[in-house]
Amino acid sequence: MTRADDDFRIDGYKFLPRSMIPEFKAFQYQAGDFPQAVAKVLLKSARVTLLTSSGLYLKNRQQSFDLEREQREPMWGDPTYRVIPRNIGADEIAVAHLHLNPDDVVSDFNIALPLEVFAQFEEEGRIGSLAGSHYSFMGYQGRSSTAWRDVYGPELVTRLRQEDVDLLILAPG
Amino acid sequence: MLARIVEAAGIPTVIVTMLPDLAERFGLPRIVGVEFPFGHPFGMVHDREMQKTVAISALSLYERTDLPVRKDLRIVWPVDWKVAYKGWQPKEAAPIVAYLKNQVLNKHRKTPD
Repeated sequence: MTRADDDFRIDGYKFLPRSMIPEFKAFQYQAGDFPQAVAKVLLKSARVTLLTSSGLYLKNRQQSFDLEREQREPMWGDPTYRVIPRNIGADEIAVAHLHLNPDDVVSDFNIALPLEVFAQFEEEGRIGSLAGSHYSFMGYQGRSSTAWRDVYGPELVTRLRQEDVDLLILAPG
Repeated sequence: MLARIVEAAGIPTVIVTMLPDLAERFGLPRIVGVEFPFGHPFGMVHDREMQKTVAISALSLYERTDLPVRKDLRIVWPVDWKVAYKGWQPKEAAPIVAYLKNQVLNKHRKTPD
């Protein structure tokens, strides 16, 4: 049973296309035992990494996510990821995602990957450090993809371990 | 899916999501719910105070041991709902949407009167 600090609940369907609401409300899932890692260090000592699934990438040095293939194969979504360094400029950002309007993320990538916010937290001592590498995926994965589970998820873990990351904050697009 | 793999590897995660009910059904251990348009999990463009508020809420769940835990934020999106509802959506329907619409249309065409 998920604990809540108070009874307040948002309307999580407020901005969802009306036609999709019944499907989302009806979605049943056997959670089983979702693993629960515990914090091993205090927040003020923790190294934090951010992850977005908004399809963000660095336009001058990285390939876009493969939207052409998704156009040809609507049941497929690009499962790869891009490594986003902590120090990026707003002019380096592009977004490849056919299910979102990219304009606002391109205007301010911090709405999806708040690197500047967390850099300030590091400076203030609120967190131990902001990791050097962060991750961008493209959130549409079709109906039966196993690539995240079998390939890219394990790669992500390897990278997080290499950087001694203590906390991963995920924000789906 | 990614959160599951990372948690199984012993690294705590927090998810900031516009669909916290779904995250809860999946069993994610630390959930921050935001009533924001999709694509804007940390808030408004160039609104660092809003983004900081969401980020601090995410960090506040890291040391919790009474898992799973969920915190929904009382931040009201400061844009007219109709404008925000349309604004986050792509200008053209995603391929899967067009594909499914075609399937429905074809099914209706094949159904005898």
